[in-house]
Amino acid sequence: MNSATIRRLAWLLCSLPLVWMVWAALTSNLGGNPVETLEHETGRWALNFVVLSLAVTPIRTLLGLNAIASLRRTFGLFGFAYAFLHVLIYAVLDRGLLWSELLIDLTKRPYIILGTLAFLIALVLAATSPKFAVRKLGGLRWRRVHRLAYCLGPVAVAHFLWLKSGKNLWEQPALYAAVVAALLIWRVFHWLNKSRELSSQSRPSSA
Amino acid sequence: MNSKVRVKRSWDFVRQSEITPEEVFQSRRRLIKALGAGSVSESILASRWLSSGLAVGAGMAASPIAHAAFAGSTKIDELPSLSGRRSKWTVIDAPTPFDIAASYNNFYEFGTDKADPYRYAGSLKTHPWKVVVEGECNKPRTFDLDDLKKLAPMEERIYRFRCVEAWSMIVPWIGYPLSALLKAVEPNSKAKYVQFVSLADPKQMPGVKSKVLDWPYREGLRIDEANHELALLTFGQYGKVLPNQSGAPVRMVLPWKYGFKSAKSIVKIILTEKEPSTSWNMSAPREYGFYSNVNPNVDHPRWSQASERKLGEGSLGGLFAPRRKTEMFNGYADSVGWMYTNMDLKVFY
Repeated sequence: MNSATIRRLAWLLCSLPLVWMVWAALTSNLGGNPVETLEHETGRWALNFVVLSLAVTPIRTLLGLNAIASLRRTFGLFGFAYAFLHVLIYAVLDRGLLWSELLIDLTKRPYIILGTLAFLIALVLAATSPKFAVRKLGGLRWRRVHRLAYCLGPVAVAHFLWLKSGKNLWEQPALYAAVVAALLIWRVFHWLNKSRELSSQSRPSSA
Repeated sequence: MNSKVRVKRSWDFVRQSEITPEEVFQSRRRLIKALGAGSVSESILASRWLSSGLAVGAGMAASPIAHAAFAGSTKIDELPSLSGRRSKWTVIDAPTPFDIAASYNNFYEFGTDKADPYRYAGSLKTHPWKVVVEGECNKPRTFDLDDLKKLAPMEERIYRFRCVEAWSMIVPWIGYPLSALLKAVEPNSKAKYVQFVSLADPKQMPGVKSKVLDWPYREGLRIDEANHELALLTFGQYGKVLPNQSGAPVRMVLPWKYGFKSAKSIVKIILTEKEPSTSWNMSAPREYGFYSNVNPNVDHPRWSQASERKLGEGSLGGLFAPRRKTEMFNGYADSVGWMYTNMDLKVFY
């Protein structure tokens, strides 16, 4: 399978949760509190795609699957799309776009502050994702900006963890935290190895 | 349900008197006619919540429970019916559809997900059932459920129900005032409080294996609160016996307090001299006080209590239900306010 086919397939699969949500909403199939269900589902999928996006490079490197390289962007953009719906549903359907309510939440609920921060990071990443943005920023600067993705993972997981901590429900957030930690730790080792290789190459081979 | 209420996106709490349940009233009449047989009062009782369910049903594509999304078993037509005379303690708001009331519950003994009680409470055995009443009273006694049901005449009351999580329902309950039970055991002069203890059997209740709360679930009231006419010892809802997930076979309903104060599946009631320990207060004392009266002016440390979402209101199962302002003591201030006159409710939350 070439990379374009993989990308098209990924688009299709990544849209499925949204299709399901729309169908369930239209058929009153979201349980007793549909707004809450949509909030939870869009949030969960946003987080899933952030994690998937972070997993692309390690998997590509470890398995030598260069064809999946473009999925990092696909997953990232879907993560943003679900996060956008998440924020929209929260602000419009849940809080009725009442600024007073939204402000109270921002001051009262630490996890809302973390969620807002995560969304802002995702917004920067999504906004600088089109090709012309890459050209405008220049490769080096673009790469620096996109290191924010490594912050996004932990902040998004912290948002989820803090939400669940209210009822002492640690299992799910702990699982996400472990996966994100593993993906970031892999990068640290990968960079260390690369820089060691580089420095050994640059040493004059006098022997 | 009133269409005006649905369309208006407003902060204003729509007072019950402003809700003109015209369509509800009409469909009720049709239903009574259709039923034909049976005593009129019974039809009125049954139709009061049924009709509202129909009115809502007409606006919804389908009811959530009718779908296979849930694996549970309790459908309303499978429950034995239970009737009670009409009570003056009734709000005229359209009741929440039974589907929602029976599938969206906090009953951590069966799991922390809102649908867990519906999924797993089928394993609860509600017969035989005994309720021990002991402590500071002259006639401590263990009641068999069947005797307990006959202790006083049952009433049907449509109450508002406000969860501490800022959602609410309107539920038709069937039971009698707890005061009738307390009278039967003759509290002595030291009886200042009442504690309720729920069943905690890991064999029947999968959630009890988790350490999310210190089991068994315990709740409590001051004796004057317990004797208040609104405090309902409850055996049924929506014209039937309680479904397991709603706290069968016997629970408390305290409409002016947050929902968690209304202990479910009660096995023991203890009259005490000192303020009894209560589960959520033990778990998070800063967040849940002993009183836990519905109060829009005292926020939960982690969220505002000023407004609520009435579940199932409007189209698509409540997807566009507007937020409503929460009322002091959940709208029961005139009846219960006197019990708290000299108390700082910010301290005694």
